[in-house]
Amino acid sequence: MNFPDIAPALSITRREVRDQFRDWRIIFPVVGLTVFFPFLMNFTANQILNFVREYGANIIGERLVPFLLMIVGFFPISVSLVIALESFVGEKERASIEPLLTTPLKDWQLYLGKLLSSTVPPLVSSYLGMGVYLTGLYINKIPWPEPVMLIQIVLLTTVQAVVMVSGAVVVSSQATSVRAANLLASFIIIPVAFLVQGEALLMFWGNYDTLWWAVFGLVVLGILMVRVGLAHFHREELLGREIDVLNIRWGWKVFLLSFRGNARNLLDWYWRIVFPAVRQLRLAIWIVTAIVCVGIGVGALQVERFPILLNPENFREVNARIEGMMNIYPVFAFSPVLAIWWQNVRVLLVSLVLGIFSFGVLGVLPLMATMGLAGYLFGLLQGSGIQVLPLMVGLILPHGIIELPVAILATAAVLQQGAILATPNSEKTVGEVWLTSLADWAKIMIGVVIPALFLAAMIEIWVTPRIALMIIGN
Amino acid sequence: MIYTEDLTKYFDDFLAVSGITLRVNEGEVLVLLGPNGAGKTTTVRMLTSILRPSRGRALVAGFDVEHHPDKVRASVGVLTEHHGLYGRMNALEYLEFFGSLYGLKGRTFLSRITNLLDQFGLGFANTKRLGEYSKGMRQKLALVRALLHDPPVLLLDEPTSAMDPESARMVRDALQGLRSENRTILLCTHNLGEAEELADQIAILRKGKIIHNDTPEELKRKLLGPAVYEARFHLPLDGRNIQLPHGVRLIERLENRIRFTIDLPEKTNPVLIQTLIGHFEGLMEFLELPRSLEKAYLEAVSRSDGRSEHELS
Repeated sequence: MNFPDIAPALSITRREVRDQFRDWRIIFPVVGLTVFFPFLMNFTANQILNFVREYGANIIGERLVPFLLMIVGFFPISVSLVIALESFVGEKERASIEPLLTTPLKDWQLYLGKLLSSTVPPLVSSYLGMGVYLTGLYINKIPWPEPVMLIQIVLLTTVQAVVMVSGAVVVSSQATSVRAANLLASFIIIPVAFLVQGEALLMFWGNYDTLWWAVFGLVVLGILMVRVGLAHFHREELLGREIDVLNIRWGWKVFLLSFRGNARNLLDWYWRIVFPAVRQLRLAIWIVTAIVCVGIGVGALQVERFPILLNPENFREVNARIEGMMNIYPVFAFSPVLAIWWQNVRVLLVSLVLGIFSFGVLGVLPLMATMGLAGYLFGLLQGSGIQVLPLMVGLILPHGIIELPVAILATAAVLQQGAILATPNSEKTVGEVWLTSLADWAKIMIGVVIPALFLAAMIEIWVTPRIALMIIGN
Repeated sequence: MIYTEDLTKYFDDFLAVSGITLRVNEGEVLVLLGPNGAGKTTTVRMLTSILRPSRGRALVAGFDVEHHPDKVRASVGVLTEHHGLYGRMNALEYLEFFGSLYGLKGRTFLSRITNLLDQFGLGFANTKRLGEYSKGMRQKLALVRALLHDPPVLLLDEPTSAMDPESARMVRDALQGLRSENRTILLCTHNLGEAEELADQIAILRKGKIIHNDTPEELKRKLLGPAVYEARFHLPLDGRNIQLPHGVRLIERLENRIRFTIDLPEKTNPVLIQTLIGHFEGLMEFLELPRSLEKAYLEAVSRSDGRSEHELS
């Protein structure tokens, strides 16, 4: 088996790291953040601990110590963002990228070399900073956080650095100028700022187990970021694109070409464009179906954790309620149909937005959460001695038989969009790939999901209550 | 060698290079001439496998630029338009770094670096930071970088543009030497004197297309017409009649000089010189009037714009 040759990538890394350590503009903040900042944090920790002890609020002090450790570790890795954002586009602006591109370096070797050179120095600085902080704690006789917590914080710092750097390198390899890259950096800074706030919240809350999920999520995101960066890094793109004017006409053309294809009419569009697009989702549909099952299972398991006692007496009034609903929403009343249809479409749009920011991964959350809730409710009903099957058949099945498959289909389309973005494509630019994958999603939504959801909403308002009354009433 | 067939490059809707067909054999120098934006750099980038051709194909050192980009890049030495050196490194570090990307290391490689630096007069500055190099020194170092892995094909974009005359001479001599070592050289330049001195073939690019591709002499003949010869005499001609041999056309008669064109100079010139000596006293000089490549180039460019040089003047 031939192992990939990483020696050229390491040559790039060595050169860049050496270059960074010759630049006082990098040395100064790195040394400052490594040495002086931890001292400041030690001082802060000491002062606050003494202060809160006076009021018997020792728990605040205990939770502050690991939080400050995380902050000490995080600050130096923020430098990595600056280095990474500059990695490709900076060389392009200084015209030193072309000689590199003319060497036999493979794209991935160049990319990996840049990635490592942007990650390693700030990360080393971060570890050193944490070491200085912990030494300060030892000297000041302040107890260290638990070993598991230490591991969690080191892992979080490391994966945060990888996520930030890999995101910034993607930006740098696609931007046309350092200025543009810096402007685009807010897409990294803002989510990471939210992430750090979330982690801080978990630490002060004392919910340390959940931090493992944050580590896991970041590892997945980091892998996806690196994968996307490698998949869409082409040396041609670095030199072939000079202008960053937003070309809406071009974007629309690419989208429309993929959305409409060469279909002659609506029937042809369904036959040659939409159905093949649905067939392409086979794997994604299986994955989402599995996730739905897991969601229902996890939801049902939560009944033991969050038990609510239901009184079967309350269900005696169900008939009356359904009849009331039927009076308010008679057959062919359109406003409730539109309300339900729009609610479902809106959820699937949220799924798309979440998917766009997470390569499809978070796009499954709305459906998974809904199914989790459904599983929890079924579990609760079952646990309270209420027969679930008639409720399911009467209240969910008539419209759910359409609603659930199309929700799975739409979620699969979001997942597929993320997967396409993370798949190498030497023929198209990232922009083209993104637009065509969005067009694929739009085909599924407009061609299948939206009409089907409308049908499901009509059934839900006009038919389901009557079937429910028949089944549950008896 | 370099071979291209219908090589074309689009950037979105913009046609940068259109249907270029070239052949440069081993030991030959092809000079690409053309105004800024004519497509020279794009052509070089395609031949280096940095840009992918939109149409057509190209073979460099026997490898297809699209299917074997790594082999192509390993076989070419490229001097890019912008040298883009790393200012915080010194020459030795810089060349060692690029050598490592070609898998070169060891004592032999280090002595090659030293020899090349000495050959181009940079030996004295090998530990100086590149940020402190002059423009010419940077250009020479970039050329050393291009030669580092001893490539059979060289693609050089304006190799002497920032150099003083002495350094430029040194580089041109080096290029002559490289040609005699049977290397294939493609040179982009705006220096027409340099082109005339080095070129075996000259291709003139205009708006992405090759409008002329020939040897320098043939290019001049095609664009400026047949060569003009001049005979200069010691004494004025004083209206004496001149009987010129067949195939010689008188085009200008001055006080003590006549200018003419000759259909077959190789055959006619010995007879003509004997005639001139026989009929006139004191033939002082017989020469082909020098015609600059610049004039031919401007004629080519203006013809491609639909105007002739004569119309312009």
